[in-house]
Amino acid sequence: MSNAKEIKISREPLLKVVKRDDMPPLKAWLVRFGTLAISFIIIGLFSMAISGKSFGETYEIMFMGVFGRIFEGKLTMLWKYLQEVAMLLALALALTPAFKMKFWNCGAEGQALMGGLAAMICMIELGDILSYPVLIAVIAVTSILAGAVWGLIPAIFKAFFNTNETLFTLMMNYIATQIIAYYLYIKGGGSNVINPVSAGNFPTVGTNEYFVNITVVTVITVIMFIYLKYSKQGYEISVVGESQNTARYIGINVKKVIIRTMAISGALCGVTGMLLVAGKDHSINANLVGGEGFTAILMSWLGQFNPFIMAVMIAIITFIEIGVAKVADTALLNSSFSSIIVGIVILMLVGCEFFIHYSVKFRHNKKEVEA
Amino acid sequence: MIIQFICRAILLGVPLLYGSTGEIITEKSGHLNLGIPGIMYVGAISGVTGSFLYENACGNDIANMSPVLAVLIPLLCSIIGSVLMGLIYSFLTVTLHANQNVTGLALTTLGIGLGNFLGASLINITKSELPSIALTKTSSFFLTELPFADKLGWFGELFLSHDFLTYLAIIIALVATFVLNRTRVGLNLRAVGENPATADAAGINVPKYRYVATCIGSAIAGLGGLQYVMAYANGVWSNNAFGDRGWMAIALVIFAVWKPSLAIVGSFLFGALCNANNYIQGLGTETQELFKMLPYVVTIIVLIITSMRNNKQNQPPASLGVNYFREER
Repeated sequence: MSNAKEIKISREPLLKVVKRDDMPPLKAWLVRFGTLAISFIIIGLFSMAISGKSFGETYEIMFMGVFGRIFEGKLTMLWKYLQEVAMLLALALALTPAFKMKFWNCGAEGQALMGGLAAMICMIELGDILSYPVLIAVIAVTSILAGAVWGLIPAIFKAFFNTNETLFTLMMNYIATQIIAYYLYIKGGGSNVINPVSAGNFPTVGTNEYFVNITVVTVITVIMFIYLKYSKQGYEISVVGESQNTARYIGINVKKVIIRTMAISGALCGVTGMLLVAGKDHSINANLVGGEGFTAILMSWLGQFNPFIMAVMIAIITFIEIGVAKVADTALLNSSFSSIIVGIVILMLVGCEFFIHYSVKFRHNKKEVEA
Repeated sequence: MIIQFICRAILLGVPLLYGSTGEIITEKSGHLNLGIPGIMYVGAISGVTGSFLYENACGNDIANMSPVLAVLIPLLCSIIGSVLMGLIYSFLTVTLHANQNVTGLALTTLGIGLGNFLGASLINITKSELPSIALTKTSSFFLTELPFADKLGWFGELFLSHDFLTYLAIIIALVATFVLNRTRVGLNLRAVGENPATADAAGINVPKYRYVATCIGSAIAGLGGLQYVMAYANGVWSNNAFGDRGWMAIALVIFAVWKPSLAIVGSFLFGALCNANNYIQGLGTETQELFKMLPYVVTIIVLIITSMRNNKQNQPPASLGVNYFREER
């Protein structure tokens, strides 16, 4: 710098942030899982602090709280855990194509609620009329449609008027919640509770009532991986996500892609709602999804749009969520402690991306040379 | 009846006004803070914790409590709590360039968890039967009306009967409007939000503006949580009672087209909508449930109309949601 004489630069800043060239994926995942390992130590320390037990003991409580006595062949807890993982994974998978398109679908909760409501209505109104296979088919079709419609409404406005989708989908959640409240009032007969309906439940395999749910989600995971990675539509989604102008230039109908992708996203959320109603609760209430819609957004992002990595991440986060809640429970504390911990872990994972995309260089220690 | 309805609407609207004023200031710097719902929880619970400790320190006797401290302690605790949350957000997004939406949502998870956990712990300490903490003594200081309010009839009730946090909210919104539009700091802040690279070239310290705007915005939003507990709920904290007001506050930002002064009108209108179901005569309970979706439906309609009009003046800050990295130009 020849003309820098007037500006007296005494010192370079101590730290300098430099953008990295792409870090090899393997190394990037090492950083992420390293962060997870650190966060597991922190979780242990926090849990020790609130429960007063030793590090090993808290992890034992967590493990027992999540898996139960699996070594003695009792698999009930394991299946319950897998069911939780599967439901969150289903929502995260549903959101993934939309996110890849940079469409912030915050409405998973509402779309799943509408899907669940459709399943519930079918179970109550058509349960005695239709034969079992037909009923299951009708439940599947209606809940897919209900979820898709709930996702399509914001998508159409986004495609044509560029309406802010984050808030639109968010508001649709609350509208769905109120519709459920309305339905519960009509059907619940004053108590606002619908008793579990026996018609149209998914079959149990042996004593395992969650087998169907988990299988369905596994199939969706594989299909979603193939769809995003190898199909033409998956390619279109990623182009629209990277740059709408590029997409237009190479002849992709952006509006069509937005609407189609959100229909898929909503439909999968609807499927999740159906799994929750027909495969788990056999009833419905406004807390059916329990705020998992937001967690699913984070999970989809943590999995970097890869369904299999997403599954691993969700398995870990769900372990933390249930396990820490159990630790708090045994210490007679409120189980919301686990959402604090989950929040901290996710924030750490979000923060660790910095070290993947940027590197920090220290100031060179040699003397400044005047140019 | 009508006066009562309007007063109730204002009371319901004030937390939204705080939230949206805070979010507008943050968004003007180019950062979309979806952590506002969590921050409002933290603001509320920090204030509650502060006043809980103070009430206990005074032996739960209102005679021992100094009105100034009873108001100042929760206020300061609330601000400290929410600024800390704002610092986490800005450290991650400004310094570490993390994705703003994801950071915000994680912060909301964290904030709601913190609120419910601390709330439940305080309830544990009091060993009360009810799942709530009543800070009615502190709340009574917050709710002190102007002395001549009830002498002025409807005028007094409509304009002078509110708690001081309501007036503070309006003052903050007006000051924010003034600062954003009429001062150099505001001009710089808007420049940072519109085009950080240009602002940087003009010698504005972009990270500093973003940090400060996010933290001030968080502090203001946190006060909304405090107002909800102390004024609306009469000092009673119960878990999850605050509900989705944080999200409504964020929606209100778009309604107000990034103008704090419009947010005043908007928040009171939202308050009225939230409350309309209780004041319309002859509604069955089931229709009431349907009427409760009114604020959300109106938000959606507003979103659609603002996007359709596509007015050049009513656009979000151009670089909203985009992190600024100086070497990436």
